[in-house]
Amino acid sequence: MLWLGLAGFGVVFLSAALMLGLTFLRRKSPPTFRDIPAFTHLKQAIGRVVEDGSRLHVSLGRAALTTPQSASALAGLALLNRLADLTSASDKPPVVTSGDAALSLLSQDTLLSASHASGQGVYDPTAARLTGLTPFSYAAGAMPVIHDENVSTNVLIGNFGAEVGLLTEASERTNAFSLAASDNLPAQAIQYASGQEPLIGEELFAAGAYVEAGPMHAASLIVQDILRWTIVIAILGGILLKLLGVF
Amino acid sequence: MKLRGILPTALAIASGILVLAGYFFAIDVLGEIRLTLIGWAVILAAFAVLAGIVNLFVVHINKIRQREKGMAYSLILVVALVLTFLLGLVLGPEDPRVSSIFTTFQLPVETSLMALLAVTLAVASIRLLRRRLNLLSIVFLATSLVVLLGTAPLPFLGVIPYSDWLRSQIAQVFAAGGARGILLGVALGTLTTGLRILFGADRPYGGDHG
Repeated sequence: MLWLGLAGFGVVFLSAALMLGLTFLRRKSPPTFRDIPAFTHLKQAIGRVVEDGSRLHVSLGRAALTTPQSASALAGLALLNRLADLTSASDKPPVVTSGDAALSLLSQDTLLSASHASGQGVYDPTAARLTGLTPFSYAAGAMPVIHDENVSTNVLIGNFGAEVGLLTEASERTNAFSLAASDNLPAQAIQYASGQEPLIGEELFAAGAYVEAGPMHAASLIVQDILRWTIVIAILGGILLKLLGVF
Repeated sequence: MKLRGILPTALAIASGILVLAGYFFAIDVLGEIRLTLIGWAVILAAFAVLAGIVNLFVVHINKIRQREKGMAYSLILVVALVLTFLLGLVLGPEDPRVSSIFTTFQLPVETSLMALLAVTLAVASIRLLRRRLNLLSIVFLATSLVVLLGTAPLPFLGVIPYSDWLRSQIAQVFAAGGARGILLGVALGTLTTGLRILFGADRPYGGDHG
């Protein structure tokens, strides 16, 4: 088991070194990424939120922070931080819903942090809400927010299950823009069928880089690409060695 | 960054590194520190539930006070929350009368929402062709249809020949292969997200990024 632990540590250490190196090297010349229409449309929708005085709703899913699914929620919080910054000139602060209590506290903290950073000092602790602790009670609690609070843009990012279909449908009924991303495979299929702008697979983790949340977000996206190609080469090499009868 | 921002960041980074090291290296002290820190996180998460419920209560009380749209539902929620909380406090959460609240009200309502979701998804699938008419959408819908037909026998027609074989091929070959690819991507995203938190580049805590 020792070699497995060392190998794991090696991958993490290598990724960390690459991220730091790329952040430093690419600080002055930001990389360009392939076009993902969902993010272009999100930026346009954010512009509309600021212009027409409507509200942005960010739903962070229901990942508990002590589980591996928390990464999707943390990626959602990073996006929330950037979106709250972008909408700081708006009349109304973003409204955030989540299905996990600790996540709800972190979203309150993110909104507080964004209000300090914008220098406006307007912070409403009830703008970040825990709407339910079970999947469907969470969705049932988040749906009235979409319907009744003058929301024109819904960003659903985090760990969802099948209940995400109710949220995308609520968004559709109010003619609002919706971007949906989840790390859960059934939820991704539902989002593809019912969401306006679904993000598939690891596109969820690219959100920060596409909304220019910081140089490290861009660097982490490049590191993901490097690691992905390494895995592809390793899989193909394994197939070749198997075909040759090496193992 | 101000001092009040530095302290939580330093604590978070140190905790993250210790837990990570505890996973990779089989050293007793590191393992114990890891388990202790995770135990603390679980206790804090339990307290967060209380804070979250207070937040939910305040949101709905404000809705009632300001006579907002849907205040009747907020009133029902507040009354139900207070009653359930008091009953749980007096009788204890293990009492069958308290757990019957969940099985009598919460469970049927959630099951109804699940049923509603089935209809919603059927409508959304039809609407998909209007919204995004491309090859991927057609393949998506055709695959859904084939899997559905292969899952259950049709009334009067029974089992369609080869549908079961086709369903298993789609589910176990194409879908499983695609799912593994997506999950690998998600795992890589998880790794880099964790590293950003460890570096303090993303700080969803501490209340001050300045």
